[in-house]
Amino acid sequence: MVEWIHPGLLFVFGAVPIPFLRGPARQAWLIGIPLLAIADVASMTPGNYGAFDFAGVELLIGKVDKLSLVFAWVFTIMSLIGSVYALHVKGPEQHVAAYLYMGSALGVVFAGDWFTLLVSWEIMAFASAYLIFAAGGKAAIAAGFRYLMVHVTGGVLLFGGIVLLGLETGSFLIGPLAGEGGLAFVLILVAFIINAAVPPLNAWLTDAYPEATVTGAVFLSAFTTKTAVYVLIRTFPGTEALVWLGAMMAIYGVVYAVLENDCRRLLAYHIVSQVGYMVVGVGIGTEMALNGTASHAFAHIIYKGLLFMGAGAVIHMTGRHKLTELGGLYRTMPLTVALYMVGAFAISAFPFFSGFVSKSMVIAAAAGDNRAAVTLMLTLASSGTFLHTGLKLPYYMFFGKDCGLRPKEPPRNMLAAMGIAAVLCIGIGLFPGPLYALLPHPVDFEPYTGAHVTGSLGILFFTLLGFVVYLKALDPEPTISLDTDWFYRRGARAFMWFAEKPVAVWEGALSGISDSVILRYLHASARGGLRVDLNVVDAIVNGVARSVLSSGSLVRRLQTGVVTHYAAAMIGGVLAAIAVYSVAWGG
Amino acid sequence: MIGRVVNFFGDAAHAKARRRLLWATLVVVLAADFLVNRDHGDFFWDFIPGWAAAFGFVSCIAIIFASKLLGKQGRVMRDEDYYG
Repeated sequence: MVEWIHPGLLFVFGAVPIPFLRGPARQAWLIGIPLLAIADVASMTPGNYGAFDFAGVELLIGKVDKLSLVFAWVFTIMSLIGSVYALHVKGPEQHVAAYLYMGSALGVVFAGDWFTLLVSWEIMAFASAYLIFAAGGKAAIAAGFRYLMVHVTGGVLLFGGIVLLGLETGSFLIGPLAGEGGLAFVLILVAFIINAAVPPLNAWLTDAYPEATVTGAVFLSAFTTKTAVYVLIRTFPGTEALVWLGAMMAIYGVVYAVLENDCRRLLAYHIVSQVGYMVVGVGIGTEMALNGTASHAFAHIIYKGLLFMGAGAVIHMTGRHKLTELGGLYRTMPLTVALYMVGAFAISAFPFFSGFVSKSMVIAAAAGDNRAAVTLMLTLASSGTFLHTGLKLPYYMFFGKDCGLRPKEPPRNMLAAMGIAAVLCIGIGLFPGPLYALLPHPVDFEPYTGAHVTGSLGILFFTLLGFVVYLKALDPEPTISLDTDWFYRRGARAFMWFAEKPVAVWEGALSGISDSVILRYLHASARGGLRVDLNVVDAIVNGVARSVLSSGSLVRRLQTGVVTHYAAAMIGGVLAAIAVYSVAWGG
Repeated sequence: MIGRVVNFFGDAAHAKARRRLLWATLVVVLAADFLVNRDHGDFFWDFIPGWAAAFGFVSCIAIIFASKLLGKQGRVMRDEDYYG
């Protein structure tokens, strides 16, 4: 009798037969595995599973407690919804990538030790990148490489932080981190907030998600940022800086959404904004705040999936994604409009929709902690959320000026997936009890008080009034907005100088150190690894560099030499870390 | 049914009815905010009826114009081919 089955492994092994299955058999498989995973999560009891000793390091691949369970629930539910939405996709590649992505996201959720987390984290980055590459075309490929570049950097920071942490504490088990300001603390925090898309480290998300495939973006919107929120809850509860980063983030996303013309990029900026609420909750760190963060992540994954599915349905049927080129689609796509609007009401936190019972918990936690400014910032961002996802986007996509297109409703599987998500958005809003029961701490919160309902309606409907009065000012314009990705897209020259000079010097120093301390057997294995790294890393780094250096002949001439240095520097860093590790635990 | 509701919000023929519905809703929402129980609150504004409505309206306008100012004057908005 197997004590515990890792739901992530269901997806990883479940991905293997996908290329060999055809037609209805594959479709049944694609839905069957998520159903099995949901049943698996439903049958779990808290405890530690899969603990073993690996070369003197204690690993724990299955830490099951209330916190990991609430995320596992929503991840597996979303895997079902996303899989139904993607059923019509013909080739096996995207399905396999999505499965690996979901499997590794669940790997992070159940990881009890840092190495399991790191490995899952890296698989997540590569599997998710494929969903961007799969869209094809120059823009998607370039965005995919930029996405990978950021996540590989984040992975290296995480790896460095983990090694330092292990040196300091002697344990690899994950728990709340102490020692604020220490290097390990900072490295791990930065790696996590890269994945949570906290500005100024947010641009990878808003750059890449809108370039992904229609079905891929639905998966992307759910997992990467929310695994980051999850690990933040695990390791950084009560970190004051997160309160302010989160509050700024909530407004940052809203401001950029005003300027945005691409429908999925607008939604992507609202992921940034919504994750801001969750980050605030982690920063406050009280039981109520952490409950709020977990419940908002739960609600968010489903309504954001629904919104991306709605926008994706429009892109799928029209081939257009700019608001300036859309409009008037309500005539032929009323079901899509209605389903999208359920997601829009949920993200806007209308009473009786899911966002109302989750977002308000974060805001109430901020108020309960006597943080007036944060409370006001989050309330302001709520107004902006409705303004864009609930009013601007549907108005210019479905209503407004008629673009002349008369697309049909999307395929039935897409509508069905949106239907499941919509039912959940309303169900959670009407009956928050079951969600509250899943939360990590006991819930002492009643969302449906008279003042809260009328207050929320007041904010929302008077935002609507503002929208109606100033509609003209919101007309989308055919522009793009500069975000912090500018620094690695146009600031590449400075970056190349940095790679040429200081990094190369640093790399030389590092290899000197590793030569003198590294053990002999490590040399041999490292040389083997180096060959792999030079091939694999070179290919990736070359791709990344190509996408970064789209212009400038001077830079182009530098490229070949620089890539070798860059790769050498990366490998040097990894080798040094392994050396430190082996000296600390090998003997 | 869904088609008719969606059509009500899209078709220009219903513009007048939509406007009336909006005004009626605003009045009801505002009136309700004056009638609810306000025994509990964390900040002074939690005890002011109509505060949320005013805050929502002002927030909406502030977000629109502050963002547009940043986009235009702050040169955040650029041509679509900016990155080539």
